[in-house]
Amino acid sequence: MKIMAQMAMVMNLDKCIGCHTCSVTCKQVWTNKSGSEHAWFNNVETRPGQGYPRTYEDQERWKGGWTLNKRGKLKLKAGGRLKNLATIFSNPNLPGLKDYYEPWTYDYENLTTAPAQKHMPVARPKSLLTGEDTKITWSSNWDDDLAGSVEHGHNDPILKQVGDKIKFEYEQAFMFYLPRICEHCLNPSCVASCPTGAIYKREEDGIVLVDQDRCRGWRQCVTGCPYKKMYFNHKTGKVEKCTFCYPRIEIGQPTICSETCVGRLRYLGLMFYDQDRVLEAASTPDEHGLYEAQRNVFLDPKDPEVIRQARLADIPEDWIEAAQRSPIWALVNEYKVALPLHPEYRTMPMVWYIPPLSPVVDAVGETGEDAEQKDNLFNAIDRLRIPIEYLAGLFTAGDTAPVDTVLRKLAAMRSYMRDINMGWEENESIAESVGMTGQEIKDMYRLLAIAKYEERYVIPPAHYEDAHKLENIATECSLNVDGGPGMGGMDETFGTNLNQGADPGIGIFAGPGRPEGVRINLLNWNGKGTPDGLFPNGDDQP
Amino acid sequence: MNVFDIFLWLIFPYICLTIFVLGHIWRYRYDKFGWTSRSSQMYEDSILRWANPMFHFGILAVFLGHVMGLGIPKSWTDALGVSEAMYHFMAISVGAIAGVFTIVGLIGLLYRRRFTKAVLGATTKMDKFMYLMLLIVILTGLVNTGSGAIGDYNYREGVSVWFRSIFYFNPQPELMVSAPLSFQLHGFLAITLFAVWPFTRLVHAFTAPVNYLFRPYVLYRSRDDHEGSRSRRRGWDKVDTIPRRR
Repeated sequence: MKIMAQMAMVMNLDKCIGCHTCSVTCKQVWTNKSGSEHAWFNNVETRPGQGYPRTYEDQERWKGGWTLNKRGKLKLKAGGRLKNLATIFSNPNLPGLKDYYEPWTYDYENLTTAPAQKHMPVARPKSLLTGEDTKITWSSNWDDDLAGSVEHGHNDPILKQVGDKIKFEYEQAFMFYLPRICEHCLNPSCVASCPTGAIYKREEDGIVLVDQDRCRGWRQCVTGCPYKKMYFNHKTGKVEKCTFCYPRIEIGQPTICSETCVGRLRYLGLMFYDQDRVLEAASTPDEHGLYEAQRNVFLDPKDPEVIRQARLADIPEDWIEAAQRSPIWALVNEYKVALPLHPEYRTMPMVWYIPPLSPVVDAVGETGEDAEQKDNLFNAIDRLRIPIEYLAGLFTAGDTAPVDTVLRKLAAMRSYMRDINMGWEENESIAESVGMTGQEIKDMYRLLAIAKYEERYVIPPAHYEDAHKLENIATECSLNVDGGPGMGGMDETFGTNLNQGADPGIGIFAGPGRPEGVRINLLNWNGKGTPDGLFPNGDDQP
Repeated sequence: MNVFDIFLWLIFPYICLTIFVLGHIWRYRYDKFGWTSRSSQMYEDSILRWANPMFHFGILAVFLGHVMGLGIPKSWTDALGVSEAMYHFMAISVGAIAGVFTIVGLIGLLYRRRFTKAVLGATTKMDKFMYLMLLIVILTGLVNTGSGAIGDYNYREGVSVWFRSIFYFNPQPELMVSAPLSFQLHGFLAITLFAVWPFTRLVHAFTAPVNYLFRPYVLYRSRDDHEGSRSRRRGWDKVDTIPRRR
């Protein structure tokens, strides 16, 4: 067993209102610059829809991810190592800017410099590639809310799998939003496709990053990633990708997309997994078995043997504790309501989704029946094959059984909690019908519906505990030794200030002067008195 | 042989090669971020699709041809029993094919660079200068290959010996002085191109990813080793951290 820790995310799709706040804040933080206009590390897709870039899920065309060769061994769908190098001069499967969209700006200056005239001056759209007038024909969310779906909807690769049975007429349409970031896969095909070896998975937390100094712009990773989350910066000639906001994660803060999520639908936490079993799981012959296989790669952080191994692997104590409280572990392996996005790509993605019950609830509601009654919902789940097949096409390689199970759990939760909220008797049989207990349903409800900040985001800070403990030395002048040139001087004030950390509100940098285990969140402090641990007690100072 | 000849075929090559070597070291140390092929495939694909492989495979063959022609002394091939006529035939036929591939590919690439607006917009002044140099060097090279078929100048006894003599630090500039004008031109422009090389996107040639054939697919890197993307410089080691065991 080779135990490794992975920062992972789960998104609860029922709560996504498609506001794109995550996309906008992410853009502002990471890709608000020339050359990466088309790069949306986080984007929100309306489903059914083509996605972004257009039809990226059609792997027969784009050749992303892994596939099994005749001997049942894993190989890159775009081809082996020699083919990779042979196609380096012209990548046959590279999406062009036309598959994203042509970046543009507006001629705002004209609004202020136009001479007095009869008509209002306008700010014409200008292409950022050529500088000329342009016609805006597509963008990262052009088909938002099914816009244009009568015309384009049938290009959705998943719909084609389901068999084109969906009509896009208003009455019969179903839709939901799918926010997407990089999957930070356990078996990343972008890393495997990079000829230079510039992309790597971090040992500590599994975040996949591009070394900008080593990337040579060979573009093979753009093809390699089946989720098309590697973005070629056409100005710098280097590839950029979602960083899982590692500078924030490292100090215990959630990613910017999670932090600003209006619907509070994102969950962040650690997963332990056995690296030795990843390849075997990714090579599972039956595509339908991949979801289960990946779940089995995860290790139970409460299992004493796993804890022992984690300690042997030098995983810090607070990380083990965080893994035990991880909402990801709860949603994936305890309640089993989260599913991976496109497990059939065999990359072992680590951003999972709770499929939306809303298409089902809406369908029942439109009939005038009680959409919170268990049997109505269960019947609808049985009957609404198209939405469920569609969800299965996204999350379980087309196997509807796990999607059915998840939706039934969500329906049961809805029904069970309705009884409680209405002051009616708790109906244990509802819980039993999905193989849960009433208490489990209540716990799941707390995590999914109440979704407290501290329960959604369990992020152990400061990755190297060793450095952490030695914070005092780290922040001191290294010349401050006996007889050294910096001897004496300002170590009192200097050291003390920094011990309190860059962000005292988060309370991560519990420096040596602070009582053990006390976390102070200044946002919660009413300004009166001095709570224990607000100030270092000073006695411990050297 | 006058001072000008000595400068041209003795001093200038050494200046250029020095710039070539030191320039690359400088660029690698201070501009790793700029070290890229700066592909324009995302802008335009239909011409690049055939022209770019044509040019690159062509130029790789041309490079190998130069290794043969300039690097291997005539006495070696003679010792192997390769007759002059046979060598000549091989060099000219293979060289001509590779040369035509290269030039057709390059013309395709230059066409799209000029007439696709997005590609033109992504072209720097240095790019333009580099393309001009590259075009002339390749054209003069093609002329030399052609004249090799009709003329009677044997570059393996002239230019090649001069080229090797530079690296032996026993330069023989007189061999270039007596070479035909087209060979002089090709040689001069080529060594000028070497001086320009480190400051253009041509640097990507030196990070050709051959290592890809031998490395494991999935790479792991520890955060401890790399803060940011640069490894710590010597003498700037942090004094505090005890590295995590791995």
